[in-house]
Amino acid sequence: MTKHSGPPGQPDQPQPAERDAWLSVSARKNRRRRVVLADPRGRGRVLRTIIELEEQTSVGEKLIRDLIRTQLRTGLALGGGTLLLLATLPLVFYLLPSLAEVELVGVRLPWLLLGLLPFPLCYGVGYAYRRLAERHEHDFVSSVDR
Amino acid sequence: MIDNPWSLVLVGVMALLTFSLGYVGSRRANTTPDFLVARRAIPATRNAAAISGEYLSAASFLGVAGLVLKDGIDALWYPIGFTAGYLAMMLFVAAPLRRSGAYTLPDFAEARLGPSNLRKFCTFFVICIGVLYLVPQLQSAGLTLNTITGLPAWLGGAVVTVIVVVNVLGGGMRAITLVQAFQYWGKLFAIAAPTFVLFTLFLAGPGNGAQPVDSSGVLRFPEDVEVTTVDPVRVRVDVAMELSATGLVNGAPADGPAYWRPGLYEVGAETKLTFVAGSPVPVVEGSPTSNHDWLRPQTEGLSGLFETYSLIFATFLGTMGLPHVLVRFYTNPDGRAARRTALHVLYLLGLFYLFPTVLGVISRQYLPQLLVTGKTDAAVLLLPHTMQPNLLGQVLGAIVAAGAFAAFLSTSSGLLVSVAGVVSTDILPGKVRDFRWATVLTGAVAIGLALLLPRSDASLTVAMSFALAASTFCPLLLLGIWWRGLTWVGAMAGLLVGGGLVIGSQVVTVVSSYTGRWAPSVLSQPALVTVPVAFLTMVMISKLTARRRPDDVNQILLRFHAPDPLGFMRDRELQIGTSDEKARAADRDHDGPSPA
Repeated sequence: MTKHSGPPGQPDQPQPAERDAWLSVSARKNRRRRVVLADPRGRGRVLRTIIELEEQTSVGEKLIRDLIRTQLRTGLALGGGTLLLLATLPLVFYLLPSLAEVELVGVRLPWLLLGLLPFPLCYGVGYAYRRLAERHEHDFVSSVDR
Repeated sequence: MIDNPWSLVLVGVMALLTFSLGYVGSRRANTTPDFLVARRAIPATRNAAAISGEYLSAASFLGVAGLVLKDGIDALWYPIGFTAGYLAMMLFVAAPLRRSGAYTLPDFAEARLGPSNLRKFCTFFVICIGVLYLVPQLQSAGLTLNTITGLPAWLGGAVVTVIVVVNVLGGGMRAITLVQAFQYWGKLFAIAAPTFVLFTLFLAGPGNGAQPVDSSGVLRFPEDVEVTTVDPVRVRVDVAMELSATGLVNGAPADGPAYWRPGLYEVGAETKLTFVAGSPVPVVEGSPTSNHDWLRPQTEGLSGLFETYSLIFATFLGTMGLPHVLVRFYTNPDGRAARRTALHVLYLLGLFYLFPTVLGVISRQYLPQLLVTGKTDAAVLLLPHTMQPNLLGQVLGAIVAAGAFAAFLSTSSGLLVSVAGVVSTDILPGKVRDFRWATVLTGAVAIGLALLLPRSDASLTVAMSFALAASTFCPLLLLGIWWRGLTWVGAMAGLLVGGGLVIGSQVVTVVSSYTGRWAPSVLSQPALVTVPVAFLTMVMISKLTARRRPDDVNQILLRFHAPDPLGFMRDRELQIGTSDEKARAADRDHDGPSPA
């Protein structure tokens, strides 16, 4: 259940705006510190590229356009592939009614294909997308860094 | 009705737990961000459980098994679509939507396309979809309470409304997150445990000796059964049969033994039909009558194929447009967490959906009488007691009932928060007090509609709201996130055309269902047509009005897509105040990004 940041009314209570039921105070402070301190890279260089991005210079715009295009392409490839795979099933069943007679471990094949297969498939595709999308973002951050 | 004291106890426990968890969650909720987005600090795994808890509504918990019982294998496209819809959401919407920093869907529209009338239209459609989704939840709650305890049907909906409204009043999003996360696991247990037990009994038990299906695949009653209809119903008889009917049949009063030849029969409300063991089962119109068709996919020819594809379209693309689903993604800390949340949801949903299918298949053997009235949503609730008329059956039935109740509670609370959030920030001034008023108002409207409107299958009404979401918000989100060319004029035209077509087709379907069912099936499942039309309209009109593109569209897309560590994400400031003040604040906001 929820871990609260301490008994209410404690003198060392943080500002009301920082009080948070979901994260203990220490965890929240740690998180902030991580963002600021555990960033060994020179902030100045990063900042310059960030400003380039923000002001949409030709370099910055190209960078972000490429990122968006890559992410969209990844999504479309994975999503389109899954859709194609699932959406051919009704057509196949319609054109090949004999498929319904095939049995696998005592269950008819269409029941297995529709009742079992799509769920791991969706998770697998989602997992692959998370990996790819985070890699693209990571690459983008490091390209900004340099 | 089953006389089962356990059910009432467990449902009561579920209500009590919901109350107390809501109380725990709401103790520290006092600001508007608490109420609307739980201060955007929900960790990914808990948010995923909460999303799944909210998403697995009555349509999933009761409806999927019921549709499998009635329509057979083709009904499996519902759970597939509900899950794959999340995949689409994760691939195209989750992370950029969170990075937009919006509070509600209308707020997203404004963040992307600038201040305009579009916001009002979004508000309208959010309320439409929310209420369309909320009404069947409350109606199913009535059915459940009526089935398990015999209490009047209006009471169930009223009880759910009161519990949910009180919880949301207390802490808004903050309160219901914990409740919904708990309710996912409650529901998973409530469907998994009975499935394991009943499936084992089904494979090994003496009940398997009953032969409800004969060699030619005709479904037959395993024992003497008495069925009383609630609403008028049309049933199809394939094999001539004898029965005893008391009430209205084909418009004429009937009292006593009858002989039904193959054909369609109209059975009036409150008609009692008595079947002897071994008599064939008349099946409600529109569903396969023989097990031969029930077992096989795509037996309805081209129109069946069209319906399946339309359903795939509506559910795959509709999920990302459901306001109560989207609003949960605003509670993640950043875009990356939103993506991880969506992935976790895929796993939780896939786990859950294995079970209703199994229950639906088993109930085909034991509960053919539900096919006569078509009220197959009750299958999951009735199955344990029918298979095991003893203490075990009672306890399992009680667990299922409590799970179903959890489904109503979690989904309704999510819907209520999302609709109330929109109403309070877009129609009322947007303070916590307004959120509370909006909650009460929404709850009252929903329960009113639930009592007034006729009941249909939970999954079907829900499919309707998916179609509406897929034809309105899905194109808005997809084009808004990935295409620079979208303008508010184009978006509005798309919303109006897509939403108008879906609502229109629904009205026509309802009218035709009262006047002789002349409407073609494309109207009852319109997504396959309306979604592309909505997309096309948005693109075309946006191209025509290209000069209305927001000037800072590049910055906006940068904010949507730039990785979180770069820190471009800005949470939009909640605009509190009268509409004039809001408009001025919005202008300011649009001149330059405001500090978070």
